[in-house]
Amino acid sequence: MLFWIEKISLVVLVFCVTLVIAMYATLAERKFAAFFQDRIGPDRAGPFGLLQPLADGIKFFFKEEFIPANADRFLFVLGPCLSMIAACMTTAVIPWGHDIVIFGQTMALQIADLNVGVLYLAGVVSLGVYGIMIGGWASNNKYSVLSAIRASSQMISYELAMGLALIALVMHTGSLSLREIVQAQHGGHWNVFFQPLGFLLFLICSFAEANRVPFDLAECETELVGGYHTEYSSMKLGFYLFAEYINMFIASAVMSALYFGGYHFPGLYHIGLSDNSAALVGVGVFFLKIAAFMFFFIWIRWTLPRFRYDQLMRLGWKILLPLAIANMIFTGFLSLLLG
Amino acid sequence: MHPLSSRSRVVVNKTMTFWERLYLPAIVGGLWITFRHFFYKKVTIRYPEIKRIFSPVYRGLHVLKRDDLGAERCTACGLCAVACPAEAITIDAAERKPGEEGLYREEKYAAKYEINMLRCIFCGLCEEACPKQAVYLTDRIVPSSFERQDFIWGKEKLVEPVEPEKRVDVSIRHYFQKEA
Amino acid sequence: MVTLFLVLSLLTVLSALCVVFTRNLIYSVLSLIVCFFAIAGHYVLLKASFLAVIQVIVYAGAIMVLFLFMLMLMNLNKKAEASKPFSLKVVAVGVCLLVLVALVSIVFLSAPRVCFAPLAPVSGSVSALGPLLFNEYAIPFELTSILFLSAVAGVVMIGSYGKKAKKQ
Repeated sequence: MLFWIEKISLVVLVFCVTLVIAMYATLAERKFAAFFQDRIGPDRAGPFGLLQPLADGIKFFFKEEFIPANADRFLFVLGPCLSMIAACMTTAVIPWGHDIVIFGQTMALQIADLNVGVLYLAGVVSLGVYGIMIGGWASNNKYSVLSAIRASSQMISYELAMGLALIALVMHTGSLSLREIVQAQHGGHWNVFFQPLGFLLFLICSFAEANRVPFDLAECETELVGGYHTEYSSMKLGFYLFAEYINMFIASAVMSALYFGGYHFPGLYHIGLSDNSAALVGVGVFFLKIAAFMFFFIWIRWTLPRFRYDQLMRLGWKILLPLAIANMIFTGFLSLLLG
Repeated sequence: MHPLSSRSRVVVNKTMTFWERLYLPAIVGGLWITFRHFFYKKVTIRYPEIKRIFSPVYRGLHVLKRDDLGAERCTACGLCAVACPAEAITIDAAERKPGEEGLYREEKYAAKYEINMLRCIFCGLCEEACPKQAVYLTDRIVPSSFERQDFIWGKEKLVEPVEPEKRVDVSIRHYFQKEA
Repeated sequence: MVTLFLVLSLLTVLSALCVVFTRNLIYSVLSLIVCFFAIAGHYVLLKASFLAVIQVIVYAGAIMVLFLFMLMLMNLNKKAEASKPFSLKVVAVGVCLLVLVALVSIVFLSAPRVCFAPLAPVSGSVSALGPLLFNEYAIPFELTSILFLSAVAGVVMIGSYGKKAKKQ
């Protein structure tokens, strides 16, 4: 019973935090976009525009709900829901912090410590494309279908390099559990120092999997109007846009957990804090790392132009994939030699 | 061909070196450029709180002036309507009745004076055409609206108030007109 | 546990039936995905989490995306479905029946190992599977990889052949 209360409260907490962060990621995106372009961004709703995401949400709810005449109604509604669900599902395996003790009960700050956590990540990421594909196809619009096709081929191409980069990481750490991977990075032994190439590959692939610039060919306005969400309106469109920011948040969390020590930072356990407060500080550190990565996502978006489609495919298959295989072989060779 | 400016540069379609093909250094360079812009002075003007200073010759919303005694200067001669290239001005003339000397300066006055702000191109030709120095373009902006009807400005909105402190200042326009 | 099993089984069978009987190909593919998920659920119930995740990644995540991709690219809807001759239908039914007989006989003739009790959690984990794959079953494993490699080579050959033909 206590177990279920603990888990359910953790699920609700993580869900809420994810949604709030995604909400404010939209504001951060607009604000930082403005700063990069010498503007000041939205500042009308609340102090410094802090209520802007709320205003956007309300606007989405009051927009007209529109379903095109020849669209497949069931799949049209299913698409954005799938996108959102797949985006939220990844939060289950991310270790947010060290165990904390409440009323004599040890509470793990992770919803499920799967012994195949890394594979679970890869699996859920590969499902994310269904929302886009189904929504794009159900819209009965040529631009949406083109976008769906683009999204799926892009996802498959970059999943390979991503998986191979993960395999090299798993070879280095010797575990598929995210918790154990984070624990192994204790004391400044961050994986990024041992797997720099693997990290770079994973970073690039995360951009591709999250459909962010420069890999946002699926919603390329100049060619495909709005891509897969051309026909969407109201909160269904909101779901698609929201899922993108959740994906960004999750990708940042995964990168900080896998390569940047998660909730560890050097010297955390030498300050002399009690275990609980050290764990809470660790959670804060983890979120700082996530915020840094999210800033990087936004920074890249307002710096780089979009790839052309053939460039995207060449990068994925002819550069990233061989590099990932080389990285994997090199890691295997090295761990055989040293260990 | 002779270059038109010193900024022209000959484009050479050379093959890229390995360093250039790596693409990552270029990305870092780009990131540095955008990061610098983070700290640049922002060009945005927060409009309703801070208003931009107009040029002294700015031509905005029209005003129909009164003379020093508070009588309307306009005599409904129609020169402004004729001069208007956009045909935005409509005038109906009327004769001044006895006892209205304080209201209208001349014996003839405009019973109706309408400017369609959607047609007006704010060229200022009406101002130049006016022999009585009655119509001027000011540094005010035509307010936006959802209805077309709201953009047809009649006398009740165009003529300036009688009270001396509420008069619309057109001294700058007047000055520049004389210069010209 | 048993209720979970029953629900999953029902889902598996229903979605599998949907795959066959739906006229719309997209729905057919989607129900196949649901079917794969239900099978992954069965693996989880049997404590074979590695197999479950691989099932999701490979089948639901990659292969079905390709299926959907092809359907969308070729715009195959029910109007484009060509009617097949009666003889072909008879042959198809015959082959399917043969496969069914083979599968059922395998289930009934093999030793009665079908049980509801989950296996020990260790047996389904990666650390247990790895040594097995690379020691006891090394030869079948390597043979499978050669099969995949030949498939990749074949695809590359077909691709490059098309390019050559275009050049001429």
